[in-house]
Amino acid sequence: MPEVLKAPLVVAFPFTRSLGPVQSAFLTGLRERVVLGVRTTDGRTLVPPVEYDPVTAEEIGELVEVAPTGTVTTWAWNPAPRRGQPLATPFAWVLVRLDGADTALLHALDAPGPHSVHTGMRVRVRWARERTGAITDIACFEPHEGGPGRPTGHSGAFGNPLTAIVTPARLDYTYTPGRAQSAYINALSERRTVGERCPSCHKVYVPPRGACPTCGLATAERVEVGPRGTVTTFCIVNIKAKNLDIEVPYVYAHIALDGADLALHARIGGIPYDQVRMGLRVEPVWTEDARYPDHYRPSGEPDADYETYRELL
Amino acid sequence: MTGEEAPTPRDVAVVAFAQTEHRRSTEESSEVEMLMPVLHEVLARTGLKAADIGFTCSGSSDYLAGRAFSFTLALDGVGAWPPISESHVEADGAWALYEAWTKLLTTDADTALVYSYGTSSSGSIRDVLTRQLDPYYLAPLWPDAVALAALQAQALVDAGDTDETALAAVGARSRADATANPHAQLTGNVPQGDYVVRPLRTGDCPPVSDGAAAVILAAGERARELCERPAWIRGIDHRIEAHALGVRDLTDSPSARLAAEHAGAFERPVDTAELHAPFSSQEVILRKALRLDGSVRVNPSGGALAANPVMAAGLIRIGEAAARIHSGESDRALAHATSGPCLQQNLVAVLEGDPR
Ligand SMILES: [Zn+2]
Repeated sequence: MPEVLKAPLVVAFPFTRSLGPVQSAFLTGLRERVVLGVRTTDGRTLVPPVEYDPVTAEEIGELVEVAPTGTVTTWAWNPAPRRGQPLATPFAWVLVRLDGADTALLHALDAPGPHSVHTGMRVRVRWARERTGAITDIACFEPHEGGPGRPTGHSGAFGNPLTAIVTPARLDYTYTPGRAQSAYINALSERRTVGERCPSCHKVYVPPRGACPTCGLATAERVEVGPRGTVTTFCIVNIKAKNLDIEVPYVYAHIALDGADLALHARIGGIPYDQVRMGLRVEPVWTEDARYPDHYRPSGEPDADYETYRELL
Repeated sequence: MTGEEAPTPRDVAVVAFAQTEHRRSTEESSEVEMLMPVLHEVLARTGLKAADIGFTCSGSSDYLAGRAFSFTLALDGVGAWPPISESHVEADGAWALYEAWTKLLTTDADTALVYSYGTSSSGSIRDVLTRQLDPYYLAPLWPDAVALAALQAQALVDAGDTDETALAAVGARSRADATANPHAQLTGNVPQGDYVVRPLRTGDCPPVSDGAAAVILAAGERARELCERPAWIRGIDHRIEAHALGVRDLTDSPSARLAAEHAGAFERPVDTAELHAPFSSQEVILRKALRLDGSVRVNPSGGALAANPVMAAGLIRIGEAAARIHSGESDRALAHATSGPCLQQNLVAVLEGDPR
């Protein structure tokens, strides 16, 4: 069995998220070193604040400033910080009930070791040097001796409030295409195209995905198809894609390779765009070091009869 | 109310269950290649063909493989052409089963195929799961699933509900029970290990697993035709708690309790409980919330501490509970599935065999 194919796959997404009035006030407040909570109708103060009461779902919006000091309600020692976490050195995750709040905020606590952390310990906010209006404007918490810190007396109304935040994220994966697609990719490296035949309906799928979508069975028998094929349908592309050096207009087509029961798609070259037609017989054109055909060009054979490819449209 | 009597809802049962041998990695196969043998096995148990199934519902998450609409590729494995009646939940298969159950109750279908799968090995599951958190206040800090479970475990220790020795015993019992489960990934004497995030050690945390599971549901007489001793679903309910962790009492699971109550779990004692508790500390919480005393056999399969294929682990709990009814080892079983950080969402199903 050939080696399992795998490749790194990075998914990164910078979501822009709009803020409601309460979230906006809270995050703008962090930028200005002010911690705001929201009051529920039964008089509790929620920090971090939300726009709807978590119990009654009632809309709430009365802002209340709380102190930048508080008490740890539970903690967990993290001996090996991971990418993106608040501190790069071992730290404690903590839920902190800030003085004046009735609920707890999750963040990191900078402490020398697990033996210096306990539930009930007093902590205070350590502000990030550069603040943008994000939960990370609190760099972390640090141990604090004594009573509540002093609120600034802020009303919660800011001159230049945030209305949205960007929350970038990156996840790293290893992509493994599996048995059927690995065979397809390995064959392409030898400039061959392989499909797989369903043991029940005998259709040949290319590229193979390992299963026949009609029968729900594994497609186990490998079949070499092509290299020539027939254009079953096509479109003329008139808009130039970014970073693509193909001149427009060009033709993109579905091509039924000889022996295949499913059409692949590829670009057609070597013929004026307005002369491409259904039934045109084509062959692949490989460029040096390419991992798949650069395009298909007319093979010079007579056009295929419609009846030979109508099932593949 | 019009005064008219509501029609009696039809009985729906789990009639077959199959699962993969869960493993740390299935990199040699694609998702559909991993899933197909399980689909074939569960169909073979009933003698049904894919075309006989009235409704198909799957559960999975694109974040596991890092690919959009990945469930559409897995659909090839059920034979989705010509078109079938099909649905998908971006959640554990237990919630797909809930959807299928309601579909059968509406009488729109008599049989349903429910499957789910996940490949935790494709990415770093601890990082991936941070993306399900509140994107404003939590996700930017990247608190991983172990960290959040550890905060919950410490709260439990502080409350006097458990200690590290008791937690280690949960893991040890789970993996000892798993030796009788050919599908389990971690079995027998597994070292308790170092702290991953204190107070949780390796032995308190689930293995990173790839795997899949499938269940067939059938209604009324159809269930009796397909299975000698159907596992009748007497009730299912699922409940969720506040998104913000700091609002919740992490030592309790009021949503699990409420779901159990609505599923009828407290009406009569159960003899078996399959709990989806990926962390040892969560079993402690669930036992209390679900009022499971020493007379109840908890996680005879080994549970999620022995294999935790994310998105399938909850459906497997229902399947394992049903399988014990099928085999006659249980008469009334509770199955539980969870999702989200620190048992945020909970589903409870109550299954019964016919009286003997
Ligand atoms: Zn077929």
